[in-house]
Order: sequence, then structure tokens, then C-alpha cells
Amino acid sequence: MRAVISVIGKDTVGILAKVSGKCASMNANVLDVTQTILQDMFVMIMMVDISGLNCEFSEMASSFEKLGEELGLSIHAMHEDIFNSMHRI
Amino acid sequence: MINLHDIMETITMIQDENLDIRTTTMGISLLDCADGDIGNSCRKVYEKICRKAENLVKTGEEIERMYGIPIVNKRVSVTPIALLLAASGGDPVEYAKTLERASQTVGVNFIGGYSALVQKGFAAGDEALIRSIPEALSVTDHLCSSVNIGSTKTGINMDAVKIMGQIVKQTSEVTADRNCIGAAKLVVFCNAPEDNPFMAGAFHGPGEPDCVINVGVSGPGVVRAALSKLDKSADLTEVADLIKKTAFKITRMGQLVGTEASKRLGVPFGIVDLSLAPTPAVGDSVAHILEEMGLATCGCAGTTAALALLNDAVKKGGVMASSHVGGLSGAFIPVSEDAGMIAAAEAGVLKLEKLEAMTAVCSVGLDMIVIPGDTTAEVISAIIADEAAIGMVNSKTTAVRIIPAVGKKVGDTLEFGGLLGSGPVMEVNQVSPETFIHRGGRIPAPLQSLKN
Repeated sequence: MRAVISVIGKDTVGILAKVSGKCASMNANVLDVTQTILQDMFVMIMMVDISGLNCEFSEMASSFEKLGEELGLSIHAMHEDIFNSMHRI
Repeated sequence: MINLHDIMETITMIQDENLDIRTTTMGISLLDCADGDIGNSCRKVYEKICRKAENLVKTGEEIERMYGIPIVNKRVSVTPIALLLAASGGDPVEYAKTLERASQTVGVNFIGGYSALVQKGFAAGDEALIRSIPEALSVTDHLCSSVNIGSTKTGINMDAVKIMGQIVKQTSEVTADRNCIGAAKLVVFCNAPEDNPFMAGAFHGPGEPDCVINVGVSGPGVVRAALSKLDKSADLTEVADLIKKTAFKITRMGQLVGTEASKRLGVPFGIVDLSLAPTPAVGDSVAHILEEMGLATCGCAGTTAALALLNDAVKKGGVMASSHVGGLSGAFIPVSEDAGMIAAAEAGVLKLEKLEAMTAVCSVGLDMIVIPGDTTAEVISAIIADEAAIGMVNSKTTAVRIIPAVGKKVGDTLEFGGLLGSGPVMEVNQVSPETFIHRGGRIPAPLQSLKN
């Protein structure tokens, strides 16, 4: 099982460190990271393996939302199936 | 690996363009609850709904968190109560109170099925249930009611049409202290679908399985946003193609949520209803899609053609995205629930007659339209008859959900709040159709019904 963590907002120091640190604390293995500047916004997409998660996925999703609020960024963790079902036939 | 663009597209749809799953509706058959004693019957109904829908809301919330997509409503639809009343007799309002109590226990926003199917005539229980609708909707908050008064196969039961004009008016009057909310929870159908997940018209048809999950998607904001990026010189074939692609993506969300809910609840997955259901929120309007296509204001000449294109493209895009499509499936045009429609009606561009024409090419009918409170029951019946005739002849579902605003005149506004929005009182042609309506009887089924 994999999830997509998306981070959108103003670029600042240490975003990657904080997000990946949180992944490690929940035992989510980072598989891939893409980051770019899209329409003046910092956009980072992280693909993580959540099969070994040490908490419920919903807990992970809400803790990333909280982190986003603290950093003034929009951070969402969503199950990869939503993207697969929308964009793959 | 899913690419960045696709991920951003999905996130933008949810965050900025109001993409959501409008409803997951659990259909529950109550046929096995029928008992000769109404007390026993109500007890069985309560127990069955609470048992089947116990985890509906919780599961919905879990799925929301897992996929990050809002599921706005969790609802229950049940077997038309008139069928139970046929066996039990007694005061039908007892069922209304039971359903209300069950809806509060399981925590759903609405429960639908205080219904009767009388397209060809009244069986035991039908007329008593219909007569009790005003009281039932005035003593409950979450209950929705619907009556099917016609179909392509059977014609139109004009006796029922006559009564429904009075019932709509009475329902509005007995809830006048609550902005006539009762009438907003009452739908009069022709060709009612048995698996519709959308309120107020949802009921669990007698041909349905014991328990089933149906999903209604939404997403007018997504379609409008996609169209706004299209070049203004693009022709209508390109417009239709873009809507199809967008509808496909929206519907895939419904299919995903429905499949997951069905798996978690251990209940078969019924259908996805491919409807573009607007909300009063800015950017979630069907009228604005039509305006994005190039109409100055919804309701001007060209509106029916634009809506026909939209409705058809939504179905074509959605049908491949889901394994089973059903319900109403098309674009909704509820006036009070659509910011663009409200504005167009207030500006005097969108009129009742145009809305009637639009219902010939979209998924439902005259929906959430506020009319003057002094409109006679006969005029309301005649509006229902006109709408049913459009449905009957075109082999499609049509419905009437109009709210006679007690004490209000054209130009006033009736506020419902929430998803039901607010509606300007619209002008109605008050010339009397009284003799026609009082004839009663049946309008025979049209030739279209003889397909065998």
C-alpha cells in the first residue's frame, strides 16, 4: 500500500526534512520525491510505502494536515488509489 | 508512478473546485418488516435500519480520511412506506416518527422513502400515506417523501396529481414557521428510479436487493473550471469532449468510494449516479457551466441546447467510469441550490417556462423552485401534470419539487440555509386549469410504451 504526500506553498528551509522526519516517525518508507516550482508555488510530491505504518492511516493524514498548519503550507496525505482510479483506466 | 500533473489536478479539483462525493446512500428493504400490527411493524423497521446502517456514517468518515475526498452526506433510503402500511394499517405518521428516530440513531442527514408508487392507481395504504405527508414532514426533520404519479408504461394517474397539488400546498403551510421546509422535502415523480441516492426523491424500490450502497457524485465546479481553461474559439465538439473527460474523472471517484464502502460494510454495491449536483457555494453551479459555454445568463435563448449538450456529455463520460450506472444520472437544475440559477432568476432572465423546457433535456425536473404562496392547488397540480407529461412522453424521469412560499410574493426570497440554499419567489401563470384537474382519471400511456 502506498500513499501520496503533497506539499504546496511558499518555499522555506527544511520542508523536506520536516516531512520526511514525520514519515520516519510513523514508519512510512519514502519511495520517491519530486519537487518543482509551479506557478510561483513550491510543490513537492512524495510517494511513501505505508504497509508498515505504526499508526492508522487516518492518524497519519491528520498529523500531516496539522504539520501543514504549523508551517503555513498545504500538506495532504492521500491513498494512492484515488489518483490511480482517476487517471488510469 | 503517477505524474505530478495528475496528482496536482486531483488535489486542485478537491481543494479549489469543490469536487466531492455528494452522497453515499444505503438502500434498505423493509419488506420483511411488514406486520399486521403497526406497533410491531415500526419496531422491526427501527431495528433493521439501526442494524444495517450502524456503521454507515463511521465508514463514510474513514473513507473520507483515507482518500482525502469529502463525502458530504450519508443517507438511508427505504422501501416505500405505503407498502408496509398496506399490511399494517394504522396511522402512517407512526412510521414517519420511527424513521426519524432511526435516522437520528444512525446519524444520517436524511432518510428517504416516505413514499407511495401510484402511477396506475391507489392500492391499500397508498392514499392514506399520501394524505399524511403534510403531518409527517411537519413532525420530522430528516424525513423525505416522494410520490410517483406517472410513468411511460402506465400513463399519468391524474387523481393522484389532483391530490398532490393539495398536499404540496398543505405541506408548505404546516411548515410555514420553518420557511416552508416541508415542501422542500417532498418530490412528485414521473418515472421515478428505484435506486436514486439523491434526496429528497430517494427510496429503495421493491425490485432492489435487501441492502445496497448507492453513490451520488457531484462536481459542477470541476467541469466549469475545466471549461474556463478552454479557448473561447473552441467549437462545441471540443466542449463536449472536455466535459466527457472531466465527467469520467469525477465518476471514477464515485466508483472508488462506492466499491470501498461496499467492501467495508459488507453490503453489495448498487450504482453510481452520474449527476452534476450543484450547491449554493460559489463555484459549484450548473448555471455557471452553461454561462462558461458562452451564454450571457442562464435562461437566455440557447440554454436548453447548452444543457442538452452538458447532460449528454456527462453521461457519456461517466458511463465508462463505473461498472453500474443508475439513479437520475444527469445535470440537476435545482434553482435554490445553485448560485448561478438564483442570480439568473433574480435578474428575471430565468423563468419557470424556460426551466420547464430545460427539464426535457436534463436529469430531473422542476426542482427547488419557490412560487407565490397564494398559488392554487389546481395550478400546482397542473404544473405537476405538465412535468409528468414531459417525462412520460420522453421516457425519462421528471419531478416536481416546488415550494409555495406562504405569505410571499414574486420578488421576495425564501431562505432555507445549508445545501438547500435560498430561492427567489418566481412568477407562475395563475390562469385556472381547474376543470381539467378536477376531471381526474388517467392519461393513457403513450405509444412509446408499446415496445414489446
